[in-house]
Amino acid sequence: MQTMYTEEQEQFREVVARFLRVKSTAGDVRQLMASSEGYDVAVWRQLCGEVGLAGTHIPEEYGGAGFGPVELGIVSEEMGRYLYCGPFFASSVMAGYALLNGATESYKSAILPDIASGAKIATLVLDNLNNPGEVGAALKATKEHVVSGIASIVVDAHIADLLIVAASTPDGLGLYLVNAGSEGLSITPQEALDPTRKLSRVSLSEVRAERIGWLTESLLNQTWDQICSVLAHEMIGGAQHLFESTLEYTKVRVQFGRPIGSFQALKHRCADLLMELEFAKAAIHHAAFCLAASEGEPYVASMAKAMASDTYMEAARAGVQLRGGIGFTWEEDTHLWYKRAKSSEVFMGSAHMHRERMMTMIERASGHDTGEQP
Amino acid sequence: MSDLSVFREETRAWLIENCPEGVKGPGVVHSGSTKVTFEKDIQLWMERMADRGWTVPAWPKEYGGGGLTVEQTRVLFEEMNEIGARPPLINMGTRMFGPTLLEFGTEEQKQRHLTVIAKGGAAWCQGYSEPGAGSDLASLRCRAEDKGDYFLINGQKIWTSGAQYADWMFCLVRTDFDAAKHSGISFVLVPMDQEGVTVKPISLISGNSPFCETFLDDAIAEKRDLVGTMNEGWTIGKRLLQHERSGQGGLSPTAARPKPVGVTIDLEVDDVLKDYVNDSTISPALRDEVIDWKMRSAAFRLTQKRAGEQARDGKTPADTTSVFKLYGSTLAQDRQEIVVRLMGTQGLGWEGDTFSTDEIGAARSWLSSKAVTIYGGTNEVQANIIAKRVLGLPD
Ligand SMILES: Cc1cc2nc3c(=O)[nH]c(=O)nc-3n(C[C@H](O)[C@H](O)[C@H](O)COP(=O)(O)OP(=O)(O)OC[C@H]3O[C@@H](n4cnc5c(N)ncnc54)[C@H](O)[C@@H]3O)c2cc1C
Repeated sequence: MQTMYTEEQEQFREVVARFLRVKSTAGDVRQLMASSEGYDVAVWRQLCGEVGLAGTHIPEEYGGAGFGPVELGIVSEEMGRYLYCGPFFASSVMAGYALLNGATESYKSAILPDIASGAKIATLVLDNLNNPGEVGAALKATKEHVVSGIASIVVDAHIADLLIVAASTPDGLGLYLVNAGSEGLSITPQEALDPTRKLSRVSLSEVRAERIGWLTESLLNQTWDQICSVLAHEMIGGAQHLFESTLEYTKVRVQFGRPIGSFQALKHRCADLLMELEFAKAAIHHAAFCLAASEGEPYVASMAKAMASDTYMEAARAGVQLRGGIGFTWEEDTHLWYKRAKSSEVFMGSAHMHRERMMTMIERASGHDTGEQP
Repeated sequence: MSDLSVFREETRAWLIENCPEGVKGPGVVHSGSTKVTFEKDIQLWMERMADRGWTVPAWPKEYGGGGLTVEQTRVLFEEMNEIGARPPLINMGTRMFGPTLLEFGTEEQKQRHLTVIAKGGAAWCQGYSEPGAGSDLASLRCRAEDKGDYFLINGQKIWTSGAQYADWMFCLVRTDFDAAKHSGISFVLVPMDQEGVTVKPISLISGNSPFCETFLDDAIAEKRDLVGTMNEGWTIGKRLLQHERSGQGGLSPTAARPKPVGVTIDLEVDDVLKDYVNDSTISPALRDEVIDWKMRSAAFRLTQKRAGEQARDGKTPADTTSVFKLYGSTLAQDRQEIVVRLMGTQGLGWEGDTFSTDEIGAARSWLSSKAVTIYGGTNEVQANIIAKRVLGLPD
């Protein structure tokens, strides 16, 4: 198992960063978050075509680049840093992983190449984004190949060509393919606290759907873990950006005749934040290394997500507080990341949920879960 | 087979052959002090390891070390951990003073002092803090006068850990009273067994007296025991602190070390959890605290590993040791908090048969862990260092 990035991976990061630095400036983010689509089609095409990122983790046999969680983490970390707005997370990461894990071979061959090339945008429709244990209560396959129910929050559904829907059946959680525009399908965009990630309510009323596979409990959890690892990378990238820009600000803003960064209360807050960031980063990168090698503790993704949630929020709070009044203004960019921090904090499970999940996994592994006690 | 696996095989065989039963598992470790008699096995183990240079495996052979590479040192420690062998020798000479002297000492000083430290022939103590100079160490006032071929030293040191057993003290003294406070300090080596040195043990909140007040009244240090240049001891003193902190935070320059010894500080949260708690008694709030601690400690280990790998080549610890000192000491302290909390009222024992050895140990470690955020520079001071040196924030 790798424990550090290789030189090639560092170079790959630089390529991604160079692209995003110019294609996803704060100005771009502001423009896109105000638009209803929420992404720039030309930039998305470039990102899929020239840079080839949409299929980063999709195997070559399905038209992807054939990399794994580590490279995907790198891409996401940079996207988080530059607050990239686009369907990468919904389509490549969420839908991509669900398909890779749960779809049958023929559907993988049929759908994944379009996702990898960016020819189609997909999204994963889960009726619960708080806890994997609660998925499947609201979306149900009533008859064979007919799905009904409501998913109140779905990322980028408003621009999706394909909806990959997880719906419960008497035989477990099925994975269904629903095409945009299907009869009985309604997608209502919602205004969210974080306008950089577009959310919609998806309701299905007797929608005809193809069953393309199954998400057993363990596959669902695996998918959840993979998504959380990616999300945690995105979050730590954003946290890093907030930290750097805040630090810079404390060195230039002068009050009482000295830079505010010379005040001890601020110094200590920055020092604490540096520590939190560095240690969270280690945990998050570790999660990707483990997932890539299928090794390591079962809870690495939960650990990564929990630490990312706490760290990003802390960086965001400091980002506003240490800027004083200006940090609370619309002109200043901090609030863009602040809002992303908040939405990511709860998305795919809060820090508390993930700590509890990790604890349960440890207890199960050591066998002193009450249920298993002899 | 690679050279390293050959080394591992040979090391394993030698350790099995030579490690006495009496030094396996937790217990006393040789300190090199000439004022203490150690149990037979402890003495034997130290001597056997010293013969190979393995009391200080990474030091060069000419100074009594083992001349091992970083990887070999790691293998040695792994193999020692494998059979539960205690470290053969730990003192401020092996951990702090030795590495500093390797960098700043003259050939003659290294020959004279390092070889003795490596053989377990002297214990050292640290004469830094004074009653008026704690966090603001550079304001120290202990005076050393240049008397031609020796220094005459007058002043008081405090919190000198292990002074009562030490043979030598490395000491920061003021040699120029007119210079700016960081500029008039020198780093000298003072023999403890002389008329001018008096030590008086201080009792701690934990009831032990592991450290002392040290009075210097016309104490003498030889001129050849001035390390580095006169009046430029601050740089050396600071480097030594980095070695000290890297040890405390657990970030050894070799990124590996034998398991720590103290019986109880080692009590793992996991074990306590297993023995004391079942799902019905642990409150959700405490559960969250436990798991949060576990995450932070896992992240700490991972960051250590990462830093260790990045620092493979550079052997001297940098300012980032303060990051590890600050995070690591807090983590260690929090562990003791959680352990006693998990034990409930069983975690309140100091003596007596109502309490198990572990429980008494936990209570004692809880108390003594309060020192880790003070010694070697308090947490507040570490945060100052990080802000200044790592983040470049202005004064
Ligand atoms: C167990 C133990 C072993 C020790 N062993 C040794 C030894 O062997 N040799 C030796 O020389 N010393 C030793 N020390 C001393 C130790 O290094 C000092 O106690 C420490 O540096 C703090 O100094 P002080 O006690 O004078 O506290 P002070 O410096 O008076 O600090 C009091 C409080 O003020 C805070 N404070 C001070 N300055 C600042 C600042 N600029 N910004 C923010 N907060 C600040 C501190 O963080 C602390 O909370 C030991 C201490 C302990 C507890």
